[in-house]
Amino acid sequence: MSKKDSEYLINRKDNQYEVVIGLEVHAQVLSKSKLFSTSATKFGAEPNTQVSLVDAAFPGMLPVINEFCVKQAIKTGIGLSAKINNRSVFDRKNYFYADLPQGYQISQFKDPIVGEGKVILDMPNGQKEVGIERLHLEQDAGKSIHDLDPQNTFVDLNRSGVALMEIVSKPDLRSPDEVNAYIKKLRSIMRYLGTCDGNMQEGSLRADVNVSVRPKGSKEFGTRCEIKNVNSIKFMQMAIEYEANRQVDLIEEGKTIDQETRLFDTKKNETRSMRSKEDAHDYRYFPDPDLLPLEVSEKFIEELKNDIPELPDDKKKRFIEEFKLSSYEANILVSDIDTAKYFEEVVAKMGKNKDIKLAVNWITGELFAVLNSKGLEISQSPVSAKNFAILINLIKNGTISGKIAKTVFELMIDGDKDPQTIVEEKGLKQQSDPKALEALIDKIINDNREKAIEYKQGKEKLFGFFVGQAMKASGGKANPQLINEILKKKL
Amino acid sequence: MSIDLKTIKHISKLARISVDEQRAEKLAGDLNSIFDFIEKLNELKTDSVEPLTSIAETTLKLRSDEVKSKNIREQIIKNSPQDNEDYFVVPKVIE
Amino acid sequence: MSDITKQSLTELIENIKNKKLSSTDVTKAFIDRSEKSEELNAYITNDFTSALDKAKKFDQKPNLDLKLPGIPMAVKDLFCTKNIKTTAGSKILNNFVPTYESTVTENIWNEGAILLGKLNCDEFAMGSSNETSFFGNVQSPIDKNLVPGGSSGGSASAVAGQLTPVTIGTDTGGSIRQPASFTGTVGLKPTYGSCSRYGIVAFASSLDQAGPMAQNVRDCALLQEVISSYDPKDSTSINFKRNHYSKELTNNIKGKKIGIPKEYRVDGMPKEIEDLWQKGIQYIKDCGAETIDISLPNTSYALPTYYIVAPAEASSNLARYDGVKYGFRAKGENLIDMYEKTRSEGFGAEVQRRIMIGTYVLSSGYYDAYYLKAQKVRKLIKNDFDEAYKKVDAILTPSTPSSAFKIGEKTNDPVSMYLNDIFTVPVNLAGLPGISIPAGHDSKGYPLGLQIIGKAFDEQNILNIAYAMEEKINFKNKITDWWIK
Repeated sequence: MSKKDSEYLINRKDNQYEVVIGLEVHAQVLSKSKLFSTSATKFGAEPNTQVSLVDAAFPGMLPVINEFCVKQAIKTGIGLSAKINNRSVFDRKNYFYADLPQGYQISQFKDPIVGEGKVILDMPNGQKEVGIERLHLEQDAGKSIHDLDPQNTFVDLNRSGVALMEIVSKPDLRSPDEVNAYIKKLRSIMRYLGTCDGNMQEGSLRADVNVSVRPKGSKEFGTRCEIKNVNSIKFMQMAIEYEANRQVDLIEEGKTIDQETRLFDTKKNETRSMRSKEDAHDYRYFPDPDLLPLEVSEKFIEELKNDIPELPDDKKKRFIEEFKLSSYEANILVSDIDTAKYFEEVVAKMGKNKDIKLAVNWITGELFAVLNSKGLEISQSPVSAKNFAILINLIKNGTISGKIAKTVFELMIDGDKDPQTIVEEKGLKQQSDPKALEALIDKIINDNREKAIEYKQGKEKLFGFFVGQAMKASGGKANPQLINEILKKKL
Repeated sequence: MSIDLKTIKHISKLARISVDEQRAEKLAGDLNSIFDFIEKLNELKTDSVEPLTSIAETTLKLRSDEVKSKNIREQIIKNSPQDNEDYFVVPKVIE
Repeated sequence: MSDITKQSLTELIENIKNKKLSSTDVTKAFIDRSEKSEELNAYITNDFTSALDKAKKFDQKPNLDLKLPGIPMAVKDLFCTKNIKTTAGSKILNNFVPTYESTVTENIWNEGAILLGKLNCDEFAMGSSNETSFFGNVQSPIDKNLVPGGSSGGSASAVAGQLTPVTIGTDTGGSIRQPASFTGTVGLKPTYGSCSRYGIVAFASSLDQAGPMAQNVRDCALLQEVISSYDPKDSTSINFKRNHYSKELTNNIKGKKIGIPKEYRVDGMPKEIEDLWQKGIQYIKDCGAETIDISLPNTSYALPTYYIVAPAEASSNLARYDGVKYGFRAKGENLIDMYEKTRSEGFGAEVQRRIMIGTYVLSSGYYDAYYLKAQKVRKLIKNDFDEAYKKVDAILTPSTPSSAFKIGEKTNDPVSMYLNDIFTVPVNLAGLPGISIPAGHDSKGYPLGLQIIGKAFDEQNILNIAYAMEEKINFKNKITDWWIK
């Protein structure tokens, strides 16, 4: 394997293979109730407590569509710069499974609600555009639990009927890194829009991964395999790596690749065939006669467009222009909506005489480190944006040094204390009175005569020793710049 | 056209209805006579006809996003063939 | 009053309102007669004990402002009824007790009616003779060993045999009108979207409609008025202005233009059906309306179209009967084995046949040739009616191509059984309202019906035409009570 110029290729003897990847991402729509029923969608509820007669497919029960879910899908489509279809149709996808109570899934087959769009990825070697084929609305299935009983499978229908958006990419991705960037970008866009919480642990975002390989430079696609239902980026990357190598090996051995559905075994780190369950592929799609075509007017779409917040790409552009941030810094700040929100609040609270660069360094440095060590999201930050802004201002106006600021920050974490108060209570204010500092330094030089002489004789390294002594004597509060100046003068 | 036993077997798999040889033969006979009669549609040229998608002359109405269905687990599970307080229970799924 | 069960719904309501009869009197009378009528096999489940309790309760504090004050009524076992077993005539739902009520029956109880029990029908409403029911075939009150028609056979038998004053059935391809025609009763299939499908065991969603069955047109109009409502729980329910059909009922149809479609003169149709139709045309003229020859050119394609669309939808609608959540479950080695055995043992032969047809026409490679083609032809059939309605207000046809047949006569020939619905199926495909009224007898003395087809949402008009014709026809059903010992 080589990663020359960040190109992901698989090498075998003299042959180089390119990997072609397309993703079908299933994103759970953020809504209070389900797509076609009025049951709740909360995660983690007791089994079968969020199941209505419609979700459990009782005789004579009928679907009625949730307007909010339609809006969420359209908003997501707008966020993907995609074409919104004024008319879309719900189809039944027919198959039998224990956690599919109706015996069919209501989905959109021929006429999805959202058509072609695109996503821009920021890769180390520049931007990359990934095409979106379509986005459609569909019902989630329930959950089969196989390990509660040796003879039986238990079924929980809480998730049955929850709205999903299936976002299908074009086969534009070429490496596990791009897949990583793509998923993160999709997640980011949907979180900005509030259409999906993107929580992969709770299964709000999962993907089917289509992988094929072809000789480098070839224009034709190879036979693809679909790896079903992978629920973390890491697993997606591992699955792709395994699967691409498996396919290359087959080609190298002169064998053919069967187009099939595969499963990623996270324990063995390999994909394996789901034995294409004979007929399971014939889903017998047809328009759901219990529903009518979904028609949305231009006005309806326009109103939703007006409701779209600033999305990560635009925000990044603005941060670079307005705050003179680097592309790298801007990326870090905009990639997650909560980080961007925090940053913007800090900026607002810092007032007129603000040091944005300093704030960025402190957010990505100290704050991120604390969040990381405590396992917290920035939305749960123990230090509010307001107090954080005060702290940055205290550094900026010379009230405290950067070093003292770290001590203050430590103290702020517990109970989101006001840094101003901490500085006053602990007497941590920086000593910037030249006379007091001169007296302090005189004493140090007096106490360390020999060293002072050595310094004058050329042992310049000792300057640091004197700075250290001065800082120590001041309890770390001395203005380091002033110490430097005075020391130079006196020594 | 002719629907053979293999097709009957295939459809019965899709429909999840087991049929033995005897039933399959009877079904093949029935389906063939029904499809002979259905084939009449081939007389019609329909290339330029838009298929009907819904007979109800109205547009799809949208409901508001409100949780109205409460926890009715007892009701939901009550009719299930295998007793369990919390879950629907089915014979082991083999992949 | 020994002749309570002979009274029409309208008469019963009047007598209850005038306090000449109590709900208890009426309910008791129908229960008594129902109990004596077991040989008809019209009921699958009775609820006589609680019906009587409800009647007594009603009498203690009668609300006479209701449209069906204290009226007992049995309904087809395709309507889910809260806490009362609902089987759809199938083994697979043999033990199913809904915890909910269909909108249509809810509307009926809200107007003061009392449930007598659940009436037999073809399994999942798939049949034209009520011979596919898991609970056995239904006898017609007209003659021993005669089919009452289907799928609402129990309903037709119960109304004709006076076991219930009126009833409701469902009609997917003729399941109200054909049995009404076979039993000398009146049956209306409303416009698609007029009556909510919520809580009705689905057969073919784009065709199914609930509708009233009665002894006469006025009763039918009143019941339609009660059951038809806009229901947000059914996405195909239509919000249109609904008439007070019974109040606005009139026999004045002067100047109405009635279309006579030449394509309904089919090969092999008995002369007595043709004669009946001609008589019907004469009645129309006698009422001061005008008949106009029209053409519905794609009529002969309706039945093949129906036998693609209905089984396709049914194959999917019936997938939920898998032994997991409710109903019958066969023992299985594993999940798939359980499915296959449950569905093989739980569904009868006709239902399995239709599931197989439906699965086949939707399967990969055949969708375009069958399902898509059928939906295109369906459009042509609808266009035929749209075209015709530019010239006429309603259309008159025979209800069925023959009178009722003997039990067992057609069970081995599915296609000849399907041909029963040749005149009723186009109406479902086009989503239109149609009513069958008794119009005469054949040489054997069996009833024959005429069908009036209306424009969408124009139930009032066809009810008026039916009402006017009913007066002229003056039909008398020949019920001998042969089954009562």
